[in-house]
Order: sequence, then C-alpha cells, then structure tokens
Amino acid sequence: MEQYQGQALSWVLNGGIIELSLHRAPCNELGSLSLEEMEAFAAALESMQRNAHALIIYSELKSGFCAGADLRELYQRSQAMEKAEALKAVREFLERIHRVLNLIDAVPLTTIAAVHGVTFGGGFELALTCDLIIADKMARFCFPELRLGLIPGFGGIPRLKRDLGNGVVRDLLLTGRSCNATKAQQTGLVSQVVSEGEAVRAARATAAQMGKFDRETAIAAKRFIKPIPHEELRREIDIFCELFARPAVAAGLKRFVESTDSQPYLP
Amino acid sequence: MPTTDKTLDEILNLAATHFKVPREKLNPDEDFFKALGIDSLQTLDLLTRLEHHFHVELPDYELQGVTDFRTLANKIQARL
Repeated sequence: MEQYQGQALSWVLNGGIIELSLHRAPCNELGSLSLEEMEAFAAALESMQRNAHALIIYSELKSGFCAGADLRELYQRSQAMEKAEALKAVREFLERIHRVLNLIDAVPLTTIAAVHGVTFGGGFELALTCDLIIADKMARFCFPELRLGLIPGFGGIPRLKRDLGNGVVRDLLLTGRSCNATKAQQTGLVSQVVSEGEAVRAARATAAQMGKFDRETAIAAKRFIKPIPHEELRREIDIFCELFARPAVAAGLKRFVESTDSQPYLP
Repeated sequence: MPTTDKTLDEILNLAATHFKVPREKLNPDEDFFKALGIDSLQTLDLLTRLEHHFHVELPDYELQGVTDFRTLANKIQARL
C-alpha cells in the first residue's frame, strides 16, 4: 500500500521518498491506535522500500513532533486490569512497539526525522530510530520518564548511547531536563537546525540528494555503521517492566493524569 | 552584561509579540500563564524562544514554580 490515510498517521510514497506523517492531537501521543497504524506502516514498508531510497518522518501538528507515550491510556487501561494482567499488557505493548521501531531503525533506506516543537519521551525515541534528525529551531528534546518512576521504554537509552555515548544519556536521562535544537546539535544528536517551519523542506532536500547515490552502497554503509543494540533493547524492556510493577509508578501516572498543573510536561 | 531591568523588558517584549498580547497589559509581577493564556506546551515554546533570544540554557527544573516575569528575568540574568 503506497498511500494510507489513518487516524493517527498517514504515509505516501512519491518519487522514491516515503513520507510518514503523524497527526493525532494533541501532540501525537503514542497509544494503541498509533501502534496499530505503525504496525500497518511497518508491514507496508516491506514492499514500499523496493521503490524508495529515503523515509521522512514528521508531524503535521503545530504542537510538536510527538509528546511520547499516551500516559492517560496507559493509566486508564492499567487501572481496569489486575496487576499481573496490566504488567503483561505493558510488556506486550513494549515488545510490539520495539518490533516496529527496530524495523524502522534497520530499514534499508536513509531515514530522516524532521522534528519541531515537543519531541519528548517516546517521540524522542521514535526520532532516534532515524539515521538523521533535522530540527526546526523550536524543537525541544527530553526524556521525562524518571519523574514517573520509569525509564524510557521505546529503545531511547540504547539508541542514544549508540549514537552519542553514555555522558549525554546520563545528562538527559538522570536530570530529566529538556534541551533545545541548538544544544542538541552541539551534542551531535541533530544534524541540521533550520528556521521555524522549514524542517520538512530541509528533509526533502536532503532525501533528494541521497537519491543520487548508489543504493546498494548506501545500504552497505548504513548496515556497517548503524548496528541495532538488540541485547540492551531487550534489557530495557525488562527493567521498564520491573519498575512499572511498583506502586510508585501507578501513583506517578495518577498524578500526571489528574494534574491541573500548568507545567505538567516540565520535570 | 544587560541589567535585570533590561532583561525583564526584553522578556516582556518577546512574550507580548509572540503571544499577541498588548505589551502595556503585561505586568512584571503577574502570573505569566494567566497573562499570556498559555498551556504547558506553549510554556516550552516560550522557554525555547527565551533560550535562543538570550543565548542561554535554562534547565526546566530551575523554572519549576516560576510563574512571574520578574523571577523569570532573575533566572535568566543568573546565566548571562
């Protein structure tokens, strides 16, 4: 399927470039609906990649690229289940989303996340699966999970460590602070910083340039330089589930869901 | 280094321009969430604009509990 219009995301293959756009308000929170559509995208990617050389992921929403996991859905579903059942459901969700993200990470295309605004938690982790991140100057990156008593669960720590090293991971993970695009470029996370509203245009120009290269060489280069940290990704799921089982996490999620705080995204 | 008053003035100008609020209606000691009518995502937008404008890094945790423009100016001034 070379074109799809879903409730949470859409994609189109045009001129060798696949564009995956996110459009679930308020800020592309990743829940069960998004996951189902991402799995459909992963399945379609198998056939589309034969006629493509690049993939661009971006958000159509003004609020940002993606605010991360749908914590309201996570909390409400967990509350409706017995503890063991809730834990099993969380593990299944993580394993499903890891399958999709691992596939995007390794797909034999050059992949670009064109981000703006909030790029937090699972949204940051989605961007980290891409080969390049092109950021609008108003983009902001953050791993806020520790405030809930959790660690990032969609592969963020192993991928950030793979790409940038342990020091940057510790700074963002352990402080929970967010950083802007300029800082992210200084650390090596972001390859290009562009003016407001220009990230997708810059990503398309970059993708067009990549179309000039021999595809077999580009695939070999990517496979050589970008290993998937499978062992750490598995361990991340285990640690997340161990932490999730604690009452402190349910309390943290409850606080977040019921918060009327004017700064709920700020750790 | 600019004075705190100048920093405060620049914050008020930036906020008024970006969030389309008359500058004269913004009071330095006012709750900027209410004055600007902004939510948490827009607060992050303001934070990023301030970082770019003043060429500073403002860790979110330093701004926790900061609700008025004057305190915000003091936080920025400490990093200039």
